[in-house]
Amino acid sequence: MSAPRARIALALLVAALLALPLIASNYIVSVMVLVLFAAYLGQAWNIMMGYVGLLSIGHALYVGLGAYTAAALFVHYGLPPWLGMVAGMAVASLAGTVIGALSFRFGLTGVYFALLTIAFAEFTRILFDHFGWVGASSGLFLPVKNLTHADFLNLRGPPAMFYYLMLALVAAALLLSRALIRGRIGFYWQAIREDQDAAEALGINSFRYKLAAVALSAAMTAIAGAIQAFYYNNLYPSSVFAIGNSVELMAAPIVGGLGTLGGPLVGAILLTVLGETLTSLTAGIHIDGLKQWSYGAVLLAIVVLRPGGIWPWLSERLGLAAREPKP
Amino acid sequence: MLVLNILVAGLLTGAIYGLMALGLSVIFGVIRVVNFAHGEMMVAGMYVAIELNARWGVDPLLALPLVAAALFAVGYLLQRGLINRLIDRPQHSQFLVLLAISILFTSSTLMIFGPDARNAQVGYAFDSYELGGLLLDKVRVLAAGGAVVGVAALWAFFTRTRTGKAIRACADNQLGAQVVGLDVKRLYAVTFGLGAACVGAAGCLLLLFVDVQPYLASDYTLLAFIIVILGGLGSMPGALLGGVLVGVSEALAGFFIDPSLKSMFSFGLLILVLLVRPQGLLGRPA
Repeated sequence: MSAPRARIALALLVAALLALPLIASNYIVSVMVLVLFAAYLGQAWNIMMGYVGLLSIGHALYVGLGAYTAAALFVHYGLPPWLGMVAGMAVASLAGTVIGALSFRFGLTGVYFALLTIAFAEFTRILFDHFGWVGASSGLFLPVKNLTHADFLNLRGPPAMFYYLMLALVAAALLLSRALIRGRIGFYWQAIREDQDAAEALGINSFRYKLAAVALSAAMTAIAGAIQAFYYNNLYPSSVFAIGNSVELMAAPIVGGLGTLGGPLVGAILLTVLGETLTSLTAGIHIDGLKQWSYGAVLLAIVVLRPGGIWPWLSERLGLAAREPKP
Repeated sequence: MLVLNILVAGLLTGAIYGLMALGLSVIFGVIRVVNFAHGEMMVAGMYVAIELNARWGVDPLLALPLVAAALFAVGYLLQRGLINRLIDRPQHSQFLVLLAISILFTSSTLMIFGPDARNAQVGYAFDSYELGGLLLDKVRVLAAGGAVVGVAALWAFFTRTRTGKAIRACADNQLGAQVVGLDVKRLYAVTFGLGAACVGAAGCLLLLFVDVQPYLASDYTLLAFIIVILGGLGSMPGALLGGVLVGVSEALAGFFIDPSLKSMFSFGLLILVLLVRPQGLLGRPA
């Protein structure tokens, strides 16, 4: 993003985002928290799919492992959320490494890899449904308290605190992705994505670099999971590990534009705002399923009409001269 | 003896699972598109059969040809109007399109038929046959018989008819099929229609002994995936074998361990097979 217009646009956007909780209502802030969660998770997922071409349809697994590890350690041992988050990252990263190592060793690619990720996520969901230590299917609850003033160390506070926290995380994920994609590892990843055999022939250890992408993506995803646990204060295997969660998570980057830096953010804004608008529009009309139907229809239209995603198309229209690596 | 009874019940259910998965397998084998709306199509068909049953007392077995024909039309039009244009898209893009379609199916079912779990009423619901100490539910026997007939019909179609052979030619070599003048797009539409008809038929058969609910659709989609991966994506006998395996493992796990854990065993089986033999038990290596 080197065009002057892009810099001005970026500066205005950052200023607006920072000022938002001061002027907007609580509702808007909580919707923006959803947007930021989606944008952050999209960035994390995009590391695997967008840069290395590994399609994971089971990312809810890492959200859930991060959330449950942090929450269970807090509930049972009073471990501070930030330490629990690190533990959650380790657990998710380990799970990702195991799944990745198994699939890459056995040469699973494409559809087969994608289905394996679903299988592990579903397997874990049912496992947690019977895992008494974390409340099994009746859920794990965190004590709710202290919602007016922000207690950053214990991750307790109003939506505005979570808003700034997630904003910082989205920015960090953006910068990290940018650094990675422009660095040596990013070029290796793209080489593997485009042609793994050719990359191997050039001496790139594809097994190691693919594994690194999975481990990093899983750890990043787990951070959001841990924060979600302390934001919502309740966890159920059937909602945290649900396949619908995995799907929602990947819809934002695909709709926004795969393998681009702005894509996950644009997609997250678009889909979350769409969902919220549909909720309020259909609230008056009591027809079950109308909201999902409209969401499905819009999603279908976007994916069919803008196969490359909204962001590459939009940035060209706005003259923001995208100099980003194209997928 | 009890265990044997459970085994047989699992086997009979498995035959219907086989027919359901066969639809998915045929679509993938020929068009190379993974139908993520498979279970959703089936549940929509099941609700049509239930409505016929509730209003006019139509037996789901009689509704079956109608539902299968309706789903054939839906599948045909879907492929003709939309998916044919997306054949060259990358996998994730196709995935999201089919996912959006699955959302449309579930929400339409929800809007038209409501969220309640429902079941079909048949006069012989509690009848059973006794066979040397073995107790067989009449509904399961009929349903499994129907599944076998369905599979046999599909088999005959693919081996005996010109259209069936042409579709197999497309699956083997798309370019070659085009060169000899086959209308590949139309054949793809027929294939998708057949896959949808299969799952519609399987839904009517399942209806004899299960309740249905709009939200169960994605579970059936996953179940169909497990089965085809077990047997081998694109392999017809593989889908049947996978169906029977999953049916039996569900029945045994449900009996010996915990009914709510039964699908965990199916997923465990899937993970094992993917790792040891990714092309599936009867699939050809890629």
